[in-house]
Amino acid sequence: MTTMTEARVTTQVYRAFIKATPQAIWDAITNPDWTAKYGYGGRGEFDLRPGGAYRAKAPDAMRAMGAPEVMVDGEIMEADPPRKLVQTWRPLWDPGLVAEGHKRLTWEITDAGEGVTALTVIHELEGAPKTAAMVAGTTDAAGGGGGWSWVLSDMKTLLETGKSMAA
Amino acid sequence: MTVWSHILAVVTDDDRVFKALADHTRRFLLDRLFARDGRTLTELESELEMTRFGVMKHLRVLEDAGLVVTRRSGREKLHFLNPVPIRLIHDRWIDKYTERRISALADLKTKLEKTA
Repeated sequence: MTTMTEARVTTQVYRAFIKATPQAIWDAITNPDWTAKYGYGGRGEFDLRPGGAYRAKAPDAMRAMGAPEVMVDGEIMEADPPRKLVQTWRPLWDPGLVAEGHKRLTWEITDAGEGVTALTVIHELEGAPKTAAMVAGTTDAAGGGGGWSWVLSDMKTLLETGKSMAA
Repeated sequence: MTVWSHILAVVTDDDRVFKALADHTRRFLLDRLFARDGRTLTELESELEMTRFGVMKHLRVLEDAGLVVTRRSGREKLHFLNPVPIRLIHDRWIDKYTERRISALADLKTKLEKTA
């Protein structure tokens, strides 16, 4: 029972409705040329097969501020383009975050009709309070600490208008 | 009206989000989910002086507005707070006006510094 309650507290769910095809959203998640254009603007490299590596490189501006070359690492668990991606995810720029380890992150892409696609992000964050606070966007908002809701909102803006906050 | 055209209406209309937020019970429910996410209807119901049906109706409005996302976990249906629509409203409506105020202050600062 305690474990159940624990899991409920720690999993975070985010959903954005985007006027774009599932393939366009899949590319925005997995193609480094796209990931560089929204959110934190790092190039995300995915080896899209079970056991394949995931690495998000820091953009130059962040490198200049002392960020490590690889900001986030992880492993692909399941890749079903353009519908579902399951991976692990671990931020590397802070020892406290590194210590919390790899956490499971699921991307679900579903049709919502009439050219609209729903993107749902499920981040399982059991035993990772620092990572949870960071991705929830509860840290300094002025420093771009908007977490997943900011990233998804920016991805939506990019796919729908061609512009983003990062660009 | 199909389920999907219902959802499409959410996409094209911020009204649903504003309407969903314009009710203190629904804001209370969002606050409860903010404090602890992934709750069942039974858990949420226990914190309100309201019938189960009443709570269900409010959750339905929140779900239609995209503010709550439900997921199955075994036999249970869990309710999660989805902050993305609020973020979009923030970016669309709040930033726009606060930015102007900040730039007005910046202008004032420039003027005052010039006269000094």
